[in-house]
Amino acid sequence: MNQSAQALATYPVETPAAPIAKAATAAVKLQVEGIHKRYGEHEVLKGVSLNARNGDVISLIGASGSGKSTMLRCINFLEQPDAGVITLDGISIEMRQGRAGTRAPHQAQLQNLRTRLAMVFQHFNLWSHMTVLENITMAPRRVLGVSAAEAERRARLYLDKVGLPGRVADQYPAFLSGGQQQRVAIARALAMEPEIILFDEPTSALDPELVGEVLKVIQTLAEEGRTMLMVTHEMGFARQVSSQVLFLHQGRVEEQGGAEILDHPNSERLQQFLSNRLK
Amino acid sequence: MIELFQQYGLAYLYSDGAGVSGVAMTLWLFIISVLFGFFLSIPLAIARVSEHAWLRWPVEVYTYLFRGTPLYIQLLICYTGLYSLEVVQDNALLNQFFRNALNCTLLAFVLNTCAYTVEIFAGAIRNIPHGEIEAARAYGLHGWRLNLFVVVPAALRRALPAYSNEMILMLHATSLAFTATVADILKVARDANAETFLTFQAFGIAALLYMLLSFALVGLFRLAERRWMRFLVPTRG
Repeated sequence: MNQSAQALATYPVETPAAPIAKAATAAVKLQVEGIHKRYGEHEVLKGVSLNARNGDVISLIGASGSGKSTMLRCINFLEQPDAGVITLDGISIEMRQGRAGTRAPHQAQLQNLRTRLAMVFQHFNLWSHMTVLENITMAPRRVLGVSAAEAERRARLYLDKVGLPGRVADQYPAFLSGGQQQRVAIARALAMEPEIILFDEPTSALDPELVGEVLKVIQTLAEEGRTMLMVTHEMGFARQVSSQVLFLHQGRVEEQGGAEILDHPNSERLQQFLSNRLK
Repeated sequence: MIELFQQYGLAYLYSDGAGVSGVAMTLWLFIISVLFGFFLSIPLAIARVSEHAWLRWPVEVYTYLFRGTPLYIQLLICYTGLYSLEVVQDNALLNQFFRNALNCTLLAFVLNTCAYTVEIFAGAIRNIPHGEIEAARAYGLHGWRLNLFVVVPAALRRALPAYSNEMILMLHATSLAFTATVADILKVARDANAETFLTFQAFGIAALLYMLLSFALVGLFRLAERRWMRFLVPTRG
């Protein structure tokens, strides 16, 4: 079970300048079609679609309330989409009629999907009662069934990769800085050796001086050719690493394209959105 | 007090000649009650916070009943009330169980402490930050794995202070056992008092023994908290 290693073998490390060309030639990995989501009267997503190819780095941008986080959370069903299809490697997640008319994904397919997409949260969501090492080894051991020794080997490897010293392994998350906690969360995601990593505003909860260390790690991952979906407010960073940018406005994709749309937006809304931000 | 202890010391500590008594009996009542109470309360607490009403409701009714009535009445119902029912007398197994005073006492104690413990653990489960449960789901943990590997360990640690309180209350509540003729510390004290009329000394020794047990318990919990609650630090900034 080493899909990311395969992905790496197929798509060797390239310079960050080339992701668009690379992505265009690769097969579609994840297809998300027509996601609708409503909370009561309020329709948050009105049919959003995206295609991620192997090696793609897709940034979802937009004002708060535009539905970008909800969109990301619909992909691994932390939110149940009201309509839409999610297809990974050509296999669509089957939706079934659940209780009280709600749609629920097929359980086995859902669990399989979740082991292949790892998520990094805005507020880290590390398990506070576990040490860093336990946080990273938990899911590989208990979900993937990896041996304790192998899980620990992975944990130390990825801790090193996110630039944390080995001694943090035995500490509890509350004793680390926000930037360190988020890097532990990234190591936790990597230890699953996922095919796609979902980042939900990974730097929004951090003090400004800690943002850089986390972005540096994410950039390294982008340069390795990992497939990533990222909700972000860091426009400069999105421009630097993205192969695709989706601009969401009121639950719809208002504009999408390569990272260049951040410099030359076509729609008025994206122009407005970008000019309202300090750069 | 010393002469009295010389005379009744053995009974106060572990044997009154007729069987186990005193501290040994109190400890036995206590350990069995909290042990069964603990293991029963974990699945019940999970049911108590379940999103399924048919799982939540029966547990809610149970804890409401047992927290809403005095332990003494529960003990009387288990010890004398149930045995007066024909159904119980006619069933060989039930008959045998409820004829034994110790069985009845333990049953009442287990059901009582379990009800309180369920509420303590259920409260702790509700206090786990939502994001941690969400992360566990996002990483593919669900069903019993989610409970066993994330929810229960997180809840038990957070519940330690409240749970240690319940344990101490339960230790003291075992002193009701004498009313069902179980030879715990208080029963020995009452016997000593009845035979010598040294009332202050007889009950004084009992009080000292309960106090020593409580202090030992508090000490154990302090060690446990140091070991398992290290992850909690005062929130910064």
